[in-house]
Amino acid sequence: MISKTEFTQEKVVVAVSVGLFILFSFLLSGFFSASNLIGLIRNISILGILGVGMGIVIIGRGIDLSMVSILAISAAFFIEMLNAGIPLTGSFFIALCFVLLIGIVNGVLIAYGEIPPIFATLAMGLFVYGYGRSQIMSADVAYVPDEYTDLLDLGTLKPLGVPIEVYIFVAVCIVAWFFLRKTKYGHYTYYIGDNYEAARNVGIPVRPMIVLQYALSALFAAIAGAIVAGTILSLNTRIVNSTLLYDVILIVVLGGIGLSGGKGGVSNVIFGALLIGILVNGMTIMDLEQTHQNLIKALILLVVVILDTIFNQRNEQTEKQGDI
Amino acid sequence: MKFFTKHLTKIIVATMMLISPLMVIAQEDPGPEISNKALEGKRVVLMPMAMGFDLAQGWAHYIGREVRYWGGIFETRDPNWSVEAGSQALTDVIASRPDVIIVHNPDLRSYVKLFKRAQEAGIYVIQIDNRSAFNTDAFIGSNWEKLGELEATAALRFCGEGTSGKIGLIQGEQVNASSIDQYNGIMNIIDANDSVEVVSKPYSGWDATKAQEVTTTMLQQHPDLCAIIDFWDGTATGTAAAIRAAGKTGQVRLITTGGGEEVACKMLNEGTIDAIVSTEIPKQSQAINATIKTLLQSGMPAGTMQLFLYTHEVVTTKDDIYPGFCWSLEKNAADTRDNT
Repeated sequence: MISKTEFTQEKVVVAVSVGLFILFSFLLSGFFSASNLIGLIRNISILGILGVGMGIVIIGRGIDLSMVSILAISAAFFIEMLNAGIPLTGSFFIALCFVLLIGIVNGVLIAYGEIPPIFATLAMGLFVYGYGRSQIMSADVAYVPDEYTDLLDLGTLKPLGVPIEVYIFVAVCIVAWFFLRKTKYGHYTYYIGDNYEAARNVGIPVRPMIVLQYALSALFAAIAGAIVAGTILSLNTRIVNSTLLYDVILIVVLGGIGLSGGKGGVSNVIFGALLIGILVNGMTIMDLEQTHQNLIKALILLVVVILDTIFNQRNEQTEKQGDI
Repeated sequence: MKFFTKHLTKIIVATMMLISPLMVIAQEDPGPEISNKALEGKRVVLMPMAMGFDLAQGWAHYIGREVRYWGGIFETRDPNWSVEAGSQALTDVIASRPDVIIVHNPDLRSYVKLFKRAQEAGIYVIQIDNRSAFNTDAFIGSNWEKLGELEATAALRFCGEGTSGKIGLIQGEQVNASSIDQYNGIMNIIDANDSVEVVSKPYSGWDATKAQEVTTTMLQQHPDLCAIIDFWDGTATGTAAAIRAAGKTGQVRLITTGGGEEVACKMLNEGTIDAIVSTEIPKQSQAINATIKTLLQSGMPAGTMQLFLYTHEVVTTKDDIYPGFCWSLEKNAADTRDNT
């Protein structure tokens, strides 16, 4: 018997994405071409990588609002160290430690300090941005020094004609998928997200696991930062003031990783990102005005959320404490 | 009395000697005193869209240096790209009754009511770079429509015979005066020329990463573009990255505008951008400085005049730049450190 609830949000998103894809392929010349589709995936790679990191944290029933600040400041810190004459490997190692430290502090504040993740990471995001802008950077843009521009120019790297960003995105997805589905730590993440108390009662090391999750999201944010810096050869911290963080949460939740935790996976992030990617790509080709683009984006999202409510009606069984 | 007549000549001479310095003073230039009286101790507050970017740093340096030079007090406020924070800061600034407020508008409408309130409170309001829908004592900055025309003229040069004549635009924001006016200016020229057309005009939201993304799509769709006009050099780094990634550097020519900081000269020299219409921040700041002094010395109540001082701008390519054409944030910062 096919129950109604099998038509999950993930499937709604896939259906809407496929619908848009077919529609655009017929209506827009140049949309359905290998190069445009590769460009489309390239364009969602940064969003997608952040989404995968955010997804892991949300599955564990947390949220990381410091990701975009970490993205910006880790890359800027790395560039500023190069500018200060610190060798490449040293700069890389220090930046990596910096990123992991932020992630670990986030995790410790949440797991051991029992501060709600939304507040801990919001404060951490503001702190990282504020510290970076005032103590590390002299202006809001950090430029890769001339002697490293050839070495660090990721933008022109295109093995087999596919931009390097796409490979990195795929690699991040595979690593995250492996972590979530094939390791015990991944399973622990689901248990913790599903029922924190029960997970602790059966002996899962819940606190170290939470620290691990935030270290991973910080790391993924730094990878996204490396892509931004490596393709534009500079990093403008204005990205922190953009809507990127909301877009990340959007694709994760849209894709079907509920904010209440314990469900979903990497595929959900990919589908959420693809929907946004197809939509934005199509609207850019159509050359729509900015306000119209925002309106259509909002409408499509509302449709997805409404369809989800129709197909997956909430009742006492599916409702869970902590739903936002 | 005898003593008096006897020494009359001496007394006259002595009196003359006593008075003479006063007479000399009376003949001296009265200007400095008038200027000092009008300016000394006056408070000037600058509020750009954010303090951390090149334009704001430039204004703060050149205006701050001058205000301190004539004995005024110079302050800045940093809304860090947030319109809400800006409104709050502006409200607080007005309550503290400075003499001059200099504001860099984020959009056409947000601060209009506050400008009215400030002028009613007797505070001179100078708007810079981005105009608003309300005319205050002065606007100093680019005539963005004219600037757009200049950019389009540069594009025409790159899109002559043998090219597709297709031009792409990377606009800023739909609510921002510099973006809207720049677009109108560009279209004035493009519409008047049958050999060229704008084939795509997405928005960057002033974000370099977004500019890179929309340019990637644009180049995919129109690989034969001859030129892209990006509405700000801050996002042109992203646009240039997309052009580079598509292997079209030198083929798709990039035209942009900015404050003329050193990075712009570097990008011109490297061929990352092909032409820039510089708003020349040091020159623009001079006009702002002159306006501050004029307003303070005029004695007129705030809101009497409505001045529009547009910066003289030209299209600059790699061949036009000369040493000292661009100004340097780094050098300014060093100057400030040395002088404090």
